[in-house]
Amino acid sequence: MSAAGQVLADVPRAALWPIFASVVRRDLLLAMRRRSDVLTTFFFFIIVVSLFPLGVGPEPNTLREIAPGVVWVAALLASMLALSRLFAGDYADGTLEQLLLVPQPLALLVLGKILAHWLVTGLPLVLIAPLLGLQFDLPGAALGSMTAGLLLGTPVLSMVGAVGAALTLGARGAGGLLALLVLPLYIPVLIFGAGAASAAAAGLQASGHFSLLGALLLLALVFAPWASAAALRIALE
Amino acid sequence: MTWGSASEFFAMGGYALYVWGSYAVAALAIAAELALLVRRRRTLLRRLGRSLSLPKPAA
Amino acid sequence: MPINLWRFASPQMFYTLAGRSLPWCLGGAAVLALAGLTIGFFVAPTDFQQGESYRIIFLHVAAAWMSLITYLALAFWCAVGLIMRTRLSFMMALALAPTGALMTAIALWSGSLWGKPTWGTWWAWDARITSELILLFLYVGFLSLHAAIDDVRRADRAAALLALVGVVNVPIIYFSVKWWNTLHQGASVSLTRAPSMAGTMLAGMLVMALAAWLYCIAVSLMRVRAIILERESDADWVKALPELRSLAHRA
Repeated sequence: MSAAGQVLADVPRAALWPIFASVVRRDLLLAMRRRSDVLTTFFFFIIVVSLFPLGVGPEPNTLREIAPGVVWVAALLASMLALSRLFAGDYADGTLEQLLLVPQPLALLVLGKILAHWLVTGLPLVLIAPLLGLQFDLPGAALGSMTAGLLLGTPVLSMVGAVGAALTLGARGAGGLLALLVLPLYIPVLIFGAGAASAAAAGLQASGHFSLLGALLLLALVFAPWASAAALRIALE
Repeated sequence: MTWGSASEFFAMGGYALYVWGSYAVAALAIAAELALLVRRRRTLLRRLGRSLSLPKPAA
Repeated sequence: MPINLWRFASPQMFYTLAGRSLPWCLGGAAVLALAGLTIGFFVAPTDFQQGESYRIIFLHVAAAWMSLITYLALAFWCAVGLIMRTRLSFMMALALAPTGALMTAIALWSGSLWGKPTWGTWWAWDARITSELILLFLYVGFLSLHAAIDDVRRADRAAALLALVGVVNVPIIYFSVKWWNTLHQGASVSLTRAPSMAGTMLAGMLVMALAAWLYCIAVSLMRVRAIILERESDADWVKALPELRSLAHRA
């Protein structure tokens, strides 16, 4: 049995938290071993954000206006780029099939994988975003709103993206197809996230946007792991 | 709505490009969809018919 | 009664039923379209504000409504397929998708051509148009996912799940785009408010909508019959079809 299988087999039947923790721990360990994957997403984010001033021109007022949108779109694209790694490794080496056989709910295991995935691909974006916002001369309030929005929004991106990643497992042209499937579903997050930062930059209240982002996060938490699990079963039957 | 003449009808009060542009494209699209479906059915039937009339392999 | 309905879940029975319904649906669509266009172009008066350009709505509104209704029907059959595990449901969903996408494309095209003379721009990022564009992406996504998976049964079920995720997201997307639009819209004109309708205009729209509905049903039935033939080609009932017997003898 593989090391992963051993980890999962050692856990008693009814223990939900321990198996959740093992899944997270294992995925984090694997991600740390393949650090280059993680770093490419991170630098992709930075590069894409830097491309916009080069395309649009260095005029500070323009840049300040487009900054929330640019950072958010770059976050969407970077998030999407990282998604194929969520299930591909386990699919290739057979671990995914073993996960389906585990007595604990698959949705819980998927949530664990998504959490680990977000910690390595989503959280770094949240942490570097304020610096990138400074490149665009965003004022302080807007920087805060943008970062907070990303903190709420990037988990939603990971969760919704997981559904797409599960659906396209082993399908032809998975990368481009994943983008086509997942980007329309990302749009509400983009609208409210970028909207929050723009509102703060204009000196307006961003609380409405945050409430909606929070609502999306809750919705995703409830539905996405379950839908991803269903998609995984379809892919592996 | 009574049009003064045929040319008035086609001119659509100056909006001919927009009105006829919309309807023409829609008509083309619908015709194409129907034609493609008819062709799909014909090809299918031909292929199935051919496979049915193949001589049975020697036992 | 329920027993009778289940009979038509068999591809063989449905193939025959669809074949018999087809001419009526197509014929009905043609008659209604003729009637609707007659009302639209010869009965409805010129609009006070928009002149003759408003006559595009007889096409545009019908296409837009059908694009939405078809997506709902598609999602419905996907749900039925996943829950009841009936093959035919997935075939019906697959048959509906291209027509739905076509309706969406026609709605976007005609909407754009209506927008130019009315509001001066080929494209406007208002809630309805933007949501319609996203709906097109959802259709294309459904068809692309289905085409990308080699195993037909797996493709059916994966695309079905995607359709259900999509249908749940459509109201969320529409609401968020509407919000976004009201935030950014400085203009006082509501781009999506239809001109106040004369009765004849409304009548024309409804007749065209019915025509579009019958057309979509007809075309989907045509397509599902082709899909049934493709997938069930090894079945005895297919081999015994009258259409094929004449072809087989000709060889």
